Amino acid sequence: MTRSFAPDRSILKMALSHRSLVIGFLLTAFFVLLALLSLVWTPFDPTKLSIATKLKGPSFDHWFGTDHFGRDMFSMIMVGARVSIAVAFVAVGIGIGLGVPLGLYAAARRGSLTDEIIMRGNDLVFAFPALLLAIMITAVFGPGAINAIIAIGIFNIPVFARLARGAALSLWTRDFVLAARVSGKGKARISIEHILPNIANLLIVQGTIQFSLAILAEAALAYVGLGAQPPLPSWGRMLADAQTLISLAPHMALFPGFAIIITVLGLNLMGDGLRDLYDPKLRRGRG
Amino acid sequence: MTAYLLRRLLSLCLSLIAASLVIFLVMEMVPGDPASFMMGLNADPAAVAALRSQLGLDAPLPLRYLGWVAGLLQGDFGVSYTYRVPVSELIAERVVISLPLTLYALTLSTLIAFPAGIIAAARRNSFADFSVMGATQFGVAIPNFWFAMILVLIFSINLRWMSAGGFPGWEAGFGSAMKALTLPAIALALPQASILARVMRSSLIDTLEEDFMRTARAKGLSRSQALWRHALRNALIPVLTIIGLQFSFLLAGGIIIENVFYLPGLGRLVFQAITQRDLIVVRSVVILLVFAVIVVTFLVDLAYAAVDPRLRRHRQ
Amino acid sequence: MTALSISNLKVQIHGTTVLHDIDLSLDAGRILGVVGESGSGKSMTALSVMQLLPRGSVWSGDIRVAGNDLDTLDEAALCQMRGRDVGMIFQEPMTALNPVRTIGDQVAETVCVHTGASRREALAIARRMLDRVGLPEDRFPLDRYPHDLSGGQRQRVVIAQAIALRPKVLIADEPSTALDVTTQAQILDLLRQLVREEDMGLMLITHDLAVVAGLADSIAILKEGAVVESGPTREVFRALRHPYTRALFSASAHVPERSRKPALARTPVLAVENVVREYQQPRRRLFVRPPPFRAVDQVSFEIRHGENVGLVGESGCGKSTLARAILALDGLQGGNIRLNGHVFTSAGDGPNPELRSRMQVVFQDPYGSFNPRHRVHRLVSEPFHLVGSAPRGAELDRRVDRALTEVGLTSSDAGKYIHEFSGGQRQRIAIARALIIEPALIVLDEAVSALDVSIRAQVLDLLAGLSDRLDLSYLFISHDLSVVRAITDRVLVMKDGQIVEQGETESVFRNPQHPYTQTLVAATPSLEAALAAPAS
Repeated sequence: MTRSFAPDRSILKMALSHRSLVIGFLLTAFFVLLALLSLVWTPFDPTKLSIATKLKGPSFDHWFGTDHFGRDMFSMIMVGARVSIAVAFVAVGIGIGLGVPLGLYAAARRGSLTDEIIMRGNDLVFAFPALLLAIMITAVFGPGAINAIIAIGIFNIPVFARLARGAALSLWTRDFVLAARVSGKGKARISIEHILPNIANLLIVQGTIQFSLAILAEAALAYVGLGAQPPLPSWGRMLADAQTLISLAPHMALFPGFAIIITVLGLNLMGDGLRDLYDPKLRRGRG
Repeated sequence: MTAYLLRRLLSLCLSLIAASLVIFLVMEMVPGDPASFMMGLNADPAAVAALRSQLGLDAPLPLRYLGWVAGLLQGDFGVSYTYRVPVSELIAERVVISLPLTLYALTLSTLIAFPAGIIAAARRNSFADFSVMGATQFGVAIPNFWFAMILVLIFSINLRWMSAGGFPGWEAGFGSAMKALTLPAIALALPQASILARVMRSSLIDTLEEDFMRTARAKGLSRSQALWRHALRNALIPVLTIIGLQFSFLLAGGIIIENVFYLPGLGRLVFQAITQRDLIVVRSVVILLVFAVIVVTFLVDLAYAAVDPRLRRHRQ
Repeated sequence: MTALSISNLKVQIHGTTVLHDIDLSLDAGRILGVVGESGSGKSMTALSVMQLLPRGSVWSGDIRVAGNDLDTLDEAALCQMRGRDVGMIFQEPMTALNPVRTIGDQVAETVCVHTGASRREALAIARRMLDRVGLPEDRFPLDRYPHDLSGGQRQRVVIAQAIALRPKVLIADEPSTALDVTTQAQILDLLRQLVREEDMGLMLITHDLAVVAGLADSIAILKEGAVVESGPTREVFRALRHPYTRALFSASAHVPERSRKPALARTPVLAVENVVREYQQPRRRLFVRPPPFRAVDQVSFEIRHGENVGLVGESGCGKSTLARAILALDGLQGGNIRLNGHVFTSAGDGPNPELRSRMQVVFQDPYGSFNPRHRVHRLVSEPFHLVGSAPRGAELDRRVDRALTEVGLTSSDAGKYIHEFSGGQRQRIAIARALIIEPALIVLDEAVSALDVSIRAQVLDLLAGLSDRLDLSYLFISHDLSVVRAITDRVLVMKDGQIVEQGETESVFRNPQHPYTQTLVAATPSLEAALAAPAS
């Protein structure tokens, strides 16, 4: 049962008293702001090579040190945050934008041929691990941020379609939906007016979790060279560059890694916090 | 029971067919002609045409698909464009690394996650629970390839306990081969173990709140007796799903981890093939991995039936 | 001999007092009825005896089971006590058994935990116990799983595991509430028989006065965590000393006053003609399509203008399926339904809005009937969707206001969300929603079944008043014969998808013709009958 919260002012107070939600929100907000800031200002030009200052450890000038081309790591991480967040945002957007309508449609036409086709299609996509999907897409269209977005986005569609369908199915049997049907409302209208608002909580929680998974997936793709291409910095490729130099300049591996971990951690804490907030009865771990 | 099995088997076959069709069609969308790619830029058009027909590329699409599937059924994946050897040979050499790595990681993940999840659920809100949950929160957030690099930094470069990569081959003995796979398996397993432990915990907590647990306590079972005898098997049902999913994550994750440790597995093969545009190899590895995922999903369905008698019903 | 005694029991959960001053005592071979409405603390009392109170509970007082003071026992000793000295039966038989273990295993477990018996001996005892509770070996071998059994059969398994070691005290918490009346009667009979033969003390917890009246030797009435009155059953009911006892008693037997007579001459409001509803059954074998399951089989009846008709039957008889078909929520496989003489069907886009607005519905679950995200104003005005020129602005407010006042709520309630209301108030809002477009017929699907008796009596009064005042007809669907008897003119008895008997409510209940109706009427616990019977 989707137990809803009271939509009143006390919700903000409840949210503020929830520790993991606040921490998660602050961490996420920090990286989003960092990414936005990088649009107008970075300490150094993240693409400027400077062999003289290469492989320097953290210092007052270069907070996170420099890489093997002498580029400023902090600036690169700022721009990398932009890439990561943009890719994840669009990919999850694709997942929600296509998956939720598909799931709602399938639920409204439960047991029909359309429902069956949508669900079998989902199963099929699930058989392709995200990375494999990305490999296929890059093999065909070549590497790049756009193709990474498409690959991660496609992978997100069945996640949201299944979630929306499952939650919607249980709502369709609820009496308030029957009452709406007795009031002469059509399936599309009921889906939007009664079903969608009641599964929004679930979608938001899953959305934050998928967002964090998308950031991890983007990093993995960039690491193997299938993500954003140079000169655009990205966290995954910074780690790939760091790999051969790890004994010489461990800071090159540590800082981008920390950036990924903290962003993902922030999103997960926020997701768990939102879930607890929406549904205090179900304090469950991530599934 | 037989009906359930047959139904699952039928859907297994349909999934396999659908997956092969999707992979075939996607790979057909690749711009460029493999034959002219193989012959080089200045090749003689007649020679290219000869190669095209030799590779069977001039046949119509449905026929090419059927020919490919017929080959697959006999274990014939075709011939690599760049190596000019049967792809099945290439794959056979690599699979003996990738598959053991995946299974190794899956075993580790399960061995870590089960006790952690059970302890956390049984002592909910205790210090043990908070530690496990805190650790898993980090485990879930750590990219496995970064974790692999850190393991190399600590255990290979600083402590010099393990080699930083490479694979001696199974000929070098089971022990040293497993040793070479240990760091990669740990790097793969720990993030997955975090997810599994969280699922185990939440599933067990849900089960502990079921009515039949109260019945068990009312019969005189102690808290831990009730947990072991009644809760665990019920809690296992959702956990099985996740183990099945993890197999596919680990297979795919293995592709990346193999690159960190320079293991000559399927992952290395597929990336080399992509850079060399050896699409027949890419296609073969992808279909192999997808088939593996589908078959594992089928096995998980069978495991459900073993755990849950409600699926074995209908004996009238 | 005193099997169980409780004195001065107090329980607090997270600082909130849920029980104060509970004093009860139960002798071997006797039945103590503990009666109260929801929230009265009757289940907490049972859990205190089992020492299975929820986390965060603190108790004080004196509980003695077969002479042992529970306060002096440690957890290991308590585990020994549970199942051996006290057995417990729960309300919900569908979830009380572990779905992945066989019934034999689960009954034998009670034996294994407490005695050193081998698995073989324990299974032999389990076999005897299952026979004892009416589950013979040929149909119920030990290796069956709970999902193969019906609710009543599962409850028997639960009883078997509770009595496997012949405990001195048996606690039954609403053991028959989730069951059909005929099954309820059988389970209660079984319990009575076991108590007499095994010389156990039974603490029977229920909300239903009629159940205890026919069964219990003594009775305790709980309200808000305290015993308001207790004593031998007949004495308590005869004297009705405490006002709450009196209120409970009159609410249980409540019959609302009704003045209107149905107008037989006009076109029937609802005419159901040879209606058939079939379901596709899931495939059991891959290539064999099972025959469709006929949930409603050739049902015909009429509801006259201003007439209230009851539809009774046990779970699975098809009454809810029929209700959905009448509401044009599902399609028919045969026959037709007419509303005010016009065909009412789900085919195409469903009935036209004008026609649809003549019939509305109230469902059972006061918690699931409303979209939790809308305010009462929007919830109640939803049916205006059916009206071409729906009222707006001040006119809409006025209509919502009138509907709310009609059901005994105030206009300020329109701005609230549904979670701010109690179960009884929610049913009032559901009625307001059904009323607002002035339908001719309201289908009430178990509309008062989830309510406590005193609330139920108020809602029944409301319904009776409304039908008199607003010229409404009801189709009143319920498993509860006494409710149907109180509010309907005519009744239909449904079994296995067919109407087996119909007629004037009073004459059907007083003089049932069909054997099934006779069983149903006989199985229904009746306060009057129980109190009129000679003392045993």
